[in-house]
This record gives sequence, C-alpha cells and structure tokens, in this order.
Amino acid sequence: MDLARLKKVSECVWQIPKSGEMRVPALIFADSILLSEMDEKVYTQLTNVACLPGIVKAAMAMPDAHWGYGFPIGGVAAFDPDQGGVISVGGVGYDISCGVRCHRLHIKRQQLLPKLDELMNELFRSIPAGVGSTGKIKLTVAKLDDVLRHGAIWAVDKGYGTRTDLEFIEEHGRVRDADPSKVSITAKERQKKQMGTLGSGNHYLEVQFVEEIFDKKAANTFGIEEDDVVISIHCGSRALGHQIGTDYLQILGAAAKKYNIPIRERELVCAPIRSQEGMDYFKAVGCGINCALANRQVLGHLTTQIVQRVIPEATCKLIYDVSHNTCKLEKHQVNDKMRKLYVHRKGATRAFGPGHKELPKAYREAGQPLFIGGTMGTSSFMLVGTEKGEELAWSSACHGAGRSMSRRAALKRWKGKGVIKALKKQGIILKAASLRGAAEEAPEAYKDVERVVEATHRSGLARKVARLKPLAVIKG
Amino acid sequence: MGMDRMGPQKMEKLTPGWQTFDHVADIGIRGMGQSIEEAFENGACALFSLVVDDLSKISPVRKKKIACASFDLTGLFVAWINNLIAISDMEQMVFGRFSVAVKETSLSGIAIGEKWSFEKHGRGIEVKGATFTEATVRKENGLWIAQCVVDV
Repeated sequence: MDLARLKKVSECVWQIPKSGEMRVPALIFADSILLSEMDEKVYTQLTNVACLPGIVKAAMAMPDAHWGYGFPIGGVAAFDPDQGGVISVGGVGYDISCGVRCHRLHIKRQQLLPKLDELMNELFRSIPAGVGSTGKIKLTVAKLDDVLRHGAIWAVDKGYGTRTDLEFIEEHGRVRDADPSKVSITAKERQKKQMGTLGSGNHYLEVQFVEEIFDKKAANTFGIEEDDVVISIHCGSRALGHQIGTDYLQILGAAAKKYNIPIRERELVCAPIRSQEGMDYFKAVGCGINCALANRQVLGHLTTQIVQRVIPEATCKLIYDVSHNTCKLEKHQVNDKMRKLYVHRKGATRAFGPGHKELPKAYREAGQPLFIGGTMGTSSFMLVGTEKGEELAWSSACHGAGRSMSRRAALKRWKGKGVIKALKKQGIILKAASLRGAAEEAPEAYKDVERVVEATHRSGLARKVARLKPLAVIKG
Repeated sequence: MGMDRMGPQKMEKLTPGWQTFDHVADIGIRGMGQSIEEAFENGACALFSLVVDDLSKISPVRKKKIACASFDLTGLFVAWINNLIAISDMEQMVFGRFSVAVKETSLSGIAIGEKWSFEKHGRGIEVKGATFTEATVRKENGLWIAQCVVDV
C-alpha cells in the first residue's frame, strides 16, 4: 500500500481521510512495514465500507488485514440502526464465528513430552479433521435447530463439557438473536453430519507451551505460567455458516437493489438493519455463531477426555473461547452517549477491556483474553483487551498472521511430507489429514505474526500477555 | 459433456480445459470452453481438482441433477459451483464429469460421480463456498471463460 495516500495519526494508527462518497474516514492499525506490505485492495475495500449507510466513526482495518470479500479480512465496522445503518454479508464472511478456544492443562512441558506421541495419536484418531470428515454426532434437522438456538449450552446439556465452561465463552455460549427458521434447509442438511469436526484449510488443533510471559498479572489471572502446556483449537461453523453466507449473498443482493443502496463490490451487499432482510440475516448469523460455539465446545470436550485419559495428572480447563467472523449488537460510547451498534468483525477478534460486564467475573479486572494464531512452525500469542481498544476500534483486535503467499505458490514450493519433516526437525509433530493441506499451510507461507501482534500491542488495541510455541499440530 | 477434458490446462494461451489461479488467501478456479456450457463444465472440474487428489479416479457411478438461476451469467456460474459444493457435502460424493444446459441466466445440469472414498480419491482441501471475487463469465478470442475465487 502506498503510504503517501495515508495520514499518520501515530506510529501504528493511519488514516484514509474522508473523500468522495465516504461517510466517515478509514483507520488502519499497523506499522509502516506491515502497511507497505499490505495489498492495495485493503485500501479500496476499506473506502468502500466507509461509504455504507449508517457507519459510525470509521471503517477500520486490523494489523493483519488483507484482501477479503467485500470487507477486507481484518475489517471492523459499526452501524447505527437509528441512522439507517446496514448489515453486510461481507462484514461477516463465509465461516461465521470461526474462532479459537484455548485450554490450560496445568502441567509443564517436561511432564508432557514423554506422552506427547501417544496424546497426538489419540487426538488425531478421535478428532475428525479434513475435508469430507464427519463427526460421531448425527442430527436431524429438528435437532440441529436446537443447536442453532442454544449453541454451546446445547453441547453441555448433551454431556459435552460442563456448565463452568459456558462462563468462559463469548455470550456465555449462546447468542439470543438466533432464529433457525431464517436458515435454509440446504444449510441444515449440509451441517447434519459435521457437528464436532475440525474442518480443513487454516483450522487446527495445536498443543503449545508458554514460551514467554509479557504480563505476569494478566497471565496469572488466566492461570498460565512459563513452560505450562495449553491446547488451542481453531475452527468455525462448518458447512452451516458457509451456506448461510452463500444464501444471504443472493438475498441481500436483491435487498440492496430494493432499498437503493449503491454496492461497490458484489460481496459488500447489505440491507438496512431495520428491514426484514436485514433482521433475517442477523438472526441467521446468530444461528451460525451458535453452531460454531457448539462445535468448538464438542471438540473441546473430546480433547479434554483424551488429555485426561492419556495424562491423568493433567486437567484441561477452558481459558476462553473467542470468535472472529461475527456481527453483534453491542453497546458502545459515541460522542459521550451509549449507543446500540451492530459491530461487524470480519477476521477480527472482540477484545473487551477491563470492567466489561460481559466478561466472566474472574477476568473482569484484567480484561478479555484473546488468542492470536501464528503458524505451525512459529508462535501464537495470548493478548488481553484494553480500555483504549474500546476508544480506538469498538474493542477489536487482530486475529492471526495472514497469508503472504498464495496456496498455489506454496504447493509449488513445498511438499506435504517435506513440511512434516522440517517441522519434526524443530521438534514439532504435525498430523495432517491431507498432505496437500500441509504444504499449503507451510509456516513460510504466512506473514510474521510477531509484527502483527507488536503493532496490535503498540497501537493499544490489546496488550501482549504471553507467547505460545507449538509442540504438536493437527491440521485438517 | 466434459467426458474427455479431465486434465489441468497449463498453457498461457487459453484453450478448452480447466485450471486454478492464484489468490492471496484462497484459490481461483477457471473453466474454458467453446461454449458457455463447456466452460461451466470445466469450471466444475477445476473445483473438484481441489477437493480430491486425482479427478481421473472418480468413477461415473451416480448422477445428480442440479438446477439453478441467477440475475446474470457470472451469478449463474457462482450459483452452479455453490450447488455442487452443497450436493457434494450432503451426499458425501465427489464428481468428475458434468453436463449443463444454460438458458439465459438459468441452468439445468448433471454431475456424475460416486461416493467419496479417501483411499481411492485422496483428500485435498475443503471448499467453503464460491465467491464473486474475480468472478466473470466472458468470451475472449472466441473462447468462453468462467471463473471465480473459492473460499477454502
């Protein structure tokens, strides 16, 4: 991206001034190196988002932003329904509520290592991963509707995990604005056999250890110390979310025409929040979120059972479960007044600061934990939400490293077996359902997550808590 | 019907066949043909080349009918690909041969394939959905091209 077109607000905050049909300016949170490497499409897509009706304050991009569908990945925007605000498919994406949950095992790396092979074999055998995989849970459409209404609460009621887990999931495990009648039969039929599956692409289950603590107080709150073992699970709403995205791209496309909303990119289709189509989509997104929360809860429980079987001295307590691709109704301060806004986070993490009443009591003083996925060979990070993040970006932060190389280019450069071998040399076990998937996900195909996290920290969006290093990975 | 066109198209100059193309986070699929129909059929081959290791190993055992419509040809191609993704998911099938008839912005087609066997067909990557990014259906130098980026 050409820095000359941007106005520098501070070291890690840059502005695209309001011009033309933009209703608000755009803000990009990144350092100059991340910005110079960011594709031009982020600029175009952000300015397009800034033109949408009812947008409040600014269209925003997180430090890991890259070219997306309508919104950039890493795009954040809030809309006020009282000001004609809209809801957009591009602001949520195809994998609704894709997110990360992290469990702490209360054991040190040295205690785990003798049992790591056995643990990974058991996890790989029991966690369905990869394209075409199906879970043990088979649902009818009617039973799936219960999942869509109740999210992780459904999973706990069915014996997957405990009530305590729910406190450590966004929305306490369930969004209330979910109406299964707004989700197509095709979406439900696709999902019936996919509950409790990891998926493929960049989804993973990773056993990690805490390599370095940056914020001892927050780390203590989240129950981790250096050398502790944690397990992170990254996946989403599976086929259901994908089909909701596909279906509503058509529905909101027609709605945008009906309500005379100019659309600058086909995936930026939207409808007024206060329209039938807009509300239908919001309630369908709620179903997608609940589906993802239930899916991760099932996977978390399967993981817990295996951990406790293989390593009886370990526990597997959920630290927190965060979602990335969402549109949520939240209260935020706008010009000294509290307003209810529809906050879109596409490839961005909600990051509530200290004191937020949505947070579990145990974390209320510290703020919300966030988990930023790196690559199979580098680091991931634990961060914590800040008060400044609320002022800057509706309490939002980055979500991952972001690719720097296309999948085709990665396939040309690496072979799956070579990637597994190279990781093994670093002491990292990779279990991959697809060798092609392993090659496409080679660590070198991603951007430097450290720089993304550093920019997030320095801009004040969220604060670094700990660096996590991979020991073993399951890839779909 | 795309019976004999199962093979990647690698030449710079486009000829009937299929290929994939670069996108920063995801991947593009492209079908080329002498007619719109042939381009759509070959685009479907490009889709399933991502899902399985070798398209030629998919036997023509079962047929599934697909009908869809959109407001223009590009929308129709995206809808065709999305219908194939959904049917593959619901039926646990993979397809290697296709036959479509396009009338204005409506399509009726057949996908031919079999139950997915990881042992026989291998496993590639999961395609979440077809997108409108770099989506186009156009005629170039006498050849129809149908393409879009798919979210993986």
